[in-house]
Amino acid sequence: MDRLGSGIAGGRLAPADYDKNFSDLHPRLDRHEALVASDRCYFCHDAPCMTACPTAIDIPLFIRQISTGNPLGSARTILSQNILGGMCARVCPTETLCEEACVRHTAEDRPVEIGRLQRYATDIAMETGRQFFARAAETGKTIAVIGAGPAGLACAHRAAMHGHTAIIFDAREKPGGLNEYGIATYKATDDFAKREVDYLLAIGGIEIRTGQALGRDFSLSDLTRDYDAVFLGLGLAGVNALGLEGEDLAGVDDAVDFIAALRQAENKADIPIGRRVVVLGGGMTAIDAAIQAKLLGAEGVTICYRRGKEQMNASEYEQDLAASKGVLIRHWLSPKRILGRDGTVAGIELDYTALRDGHLALTGETGVIACDQVLKAIGQSFTTSGLGALAMERGKILIDEHCRTSLPKVYAGGDCTSRGEDLTVQAVAHGRDAAEAIHLQLVSAGQPAVAVA
Amino acid sequence: MADLRNNFVGIKSPNPFWLASAPPTDKAYNVERAFKAGWGGVVWKTLGSEGPPVVNVNGPRYGAIWGADRRLLGLNNIELITDRDLQTNLREMKQVKMNWPDRALVASIMVPCVEEEWRAILPLVEETGVDGIELNFGCPHGMSERGMGSAVGQVPEYIEMVVRWCKQYTRMPVITKLTPNISDIRHPARAAKRGGTDAVSLINTISSIVSVDLDTFSPNPSIGGKGSHGGYCGPAVKPIALNMVAEIARDAETYRMPISGIGGVTTWRDAAEFLALGAGNVQVCTAAMTYGFKIVEEMISGLSDWMDEKGHKTLDDITGRAVGNVTDWQFLNLNYVAKAHIDQDACIKCGRCHIACEDTSHQAITQMVDGVRYFEVIEEECVGCNLCVNVCPVENCITLEALPAGDLDKRTGKVVDPAYANWTQHPNNPMAVVAAE
Repeated sequence: MDRLGSGIAGGRLAPADYDKNFSDLHPRLDRHEALVASDRCYFCHDAPCMTACPTAIDIPLFIRQISTGNPLGSARTILSQNILGGMCARVCPTETLCEEACVRHTAEDRPVEIGRLQRYATDIAMETGRQFFARAAETGKTIAVIGAGPAGLACAHRAAMHGHTAIIFDAREKPGGLNEYGIATYKATDDFAKREVDYLLAIGGIEIRTGQALGRDFSLSDLTRDYDAVFLGLGLAGVNALGLEGEDLAGVDDAVDFIAALRQAENKADIPIGRRVVVLGGGMTAIDAAIQAKLLGAEGVTICYRRGKEQMNASEYEQDLAASKGVLIRHWLSPKRILGRDGTVAGIELDYTALRDGHLALTGETGVIACDQVLKAIGQSFTTSGLGALAMERGKILIDEHCRTSLPKVYAGGDCTSRGEDLTVQAVAHGRDAAEAIHLQLVSAGQPAVAVA
Repeated sequence: MADLRNNFVGIKSPNPFWLASAPPTDKAYNVERAFKAGWGGVVWKTLGSEGPPVVNVNGPRYGAIWGADRRLLGLNNIELITDRDLQTNLREMKQVKMNWPDRALVASIMVPCVEEEWRAILPLVEETGVDGIELNFGCPHGMSERGMGSAVGQVPEYIEMVVRWCKQYTRMPVITKLTPNISDIRHPARAAKRGGTDAVSLINTISSIVSVDLDTFSPNPSIGGKGSHGGYCGPAVKPIALNMVAEIARDAETYRMPISGIGGVTTWRDAAEFLALGAGNVQVCTAAMTYGFKIVEEMISGLSDWMDEKGHKTLDDITGRAVGNVTDWQFLNLNYVAKAHIDQDACIKCGRCHIACEDTSHQAITQMVDGVRYFEVIEEECVGCNLCVNVCPVENCITLEALPAGDLDKRTGKVVDPAYANWTQHPNNPMAVVAAE
């Protein structure tokens, strides 16, 4: 067992095990599987799955198109509502969206596999390189899109469809946002995020400038001065801190950084991982970090969450997935302090918690879990910089149903706004709808007044 | 993008998908919804003579058969022609046609086989501005007992006579709708042609009893314990309809007569098959009654995508393309030899191919090789019948592969002859046409 030496180390597994562990979680359905799965769809009227989808993809229609041997037509149906339908097929928590709403879930606890069918169709379209959308005649209008994540990409694509030009600025090195940096490796294999960005850019009229940060390289007022409209798809750049003793010890890391580093690593063996890892948090990030810590060869991985199973933001499906990979999920434990030895993590002391009169309270009892790495996944936060007088709500950008902010010409969408859930698919819906609103604004502004008398 | 515009005997519609004359087209409300959903045309539910309308039963009108997952495979009905007043229908048809000038609107008509009856109703229909008429010689239930519907369609002379009256008393294109409840569909089709019809449409529904309640011993649908045969339609009848369409399309007397294909069209693929066998467009009913009018979106996109993929630009590029490949058995090439082949990587070892062949065919598939469960074609026995392909649950696991000319057919011990040879020339045929010495 020497390869399980204590401390934080890379190369805990044989090279082949890395490939196996980080391969596709759910490989694409083959044609026969897709036909069987699509045959289960009832083609419901006013389908609940469609209502549950933030981008309102016509799910019954796309599934029927698969069942009639028309996967490309199916992909068109999907992508016309959600140009990032390929990634959404991989990362959407379908178990709490379309598949939870599926009438067959109600009837027999086994929904139609909507996510996997969506992937079947979109993969075929991307592999054949088939483009379904073309640019309208150029309008001469240019939109600044800040953030090359799902919201920004969806906005830029829809704007390009209407003939506008979109310039996307992103602070990071690669476009894609969380699709590139924030998704568990086994959910988006084979450089899918990059391939999807390339596929989307093929429409033309979109330029991406990386390494450009709002608040550092330009301000919002610069953009409103220089562009016809501005879309803010900034995401959540900040991570919440614990504010506890020992947080500075070597071996205390942010889960989002760990996930990003793993995604970007050519060789997964280069990513060091503790022998015993504790992950703090109850959301998808916590689950993704914990599972991947285990897949990197950690001997024991424990998720500690301060509330119960029902309150976890991670879906039951994700919790089960973690359990199946050998992750231990412990509830009603709140971190008290991180214990160190020689400047590195040696363990974590936790308070036991309970609900008292509807409020979370410490019971007074504590416990210690020995560990050599702590991954913090206790939420991300919006960091404001260079936004001037933009109105905020609950710490995020305030937008209306058309994704308009408090400033003229400025729109926003995705996780940086206070509207909707923090999901890829929600960000895509915002980006798309903002582009439509921008388009309406730009074309109406361009119409000469018509005299009526 | 393929051009799906349809011109059927001069009646234009944006696509070849029409709703057949049936319950979904009984009134303006439904027809307007259908046009909004994208249907290219509608054949209005059959009109009867002026006067008190027909009455329907007040119990179940429909019966069905299903697949194991409740997929509706076949539907039958005992509903009669419209039970609404003629003038109400005419008024609504006129309004709908005005509202939807780019869509096809055709009136289905069924009145007694009396010249005066037809002469009376045709001007009324023509006045609505509809694009054409369809003569309902098809319904096999209820109306047929009164000497209409299939009772007319089963007598070629009546068909010819009524078509002739219609061509005489109206300028509108006449589509004659045929019943499949007949021994040879070519005879009524030829009669319609002789009468001067512009087109035929088929098939109407097939006389049927879908099931019997084994507790009450009543056929379904049951009206207080009694049932009557109904008209069968839906996916289950498509093969029958395809054959009848093809028979008319390749018959010397009716060759190139326009055909509106009806019978189980549920997907774009069904429609493409009807077109390939000679139909100029298709009419749909059961798919809409099962899934709603929105189903046409799949048909339109699927047909258009397939045409794009294959480089077919218009419907004319497809219509009739398979007709030349439908022939009599006697002209099939007896020198064509095919053998089944089992893809061992795809085989899941269920054994169905073996037992089907062993019990019911030619004992040409193993079940065990070297003491291991293994299914393999014995070429010395395989006649290439295709039964194993059809019973195999895995698509493309068993395929039928043609032996190239020059290869040895291990069953017969003969080398495959590249020459075409059919039964008419075969030595075993006492009627064989022997080439003159």
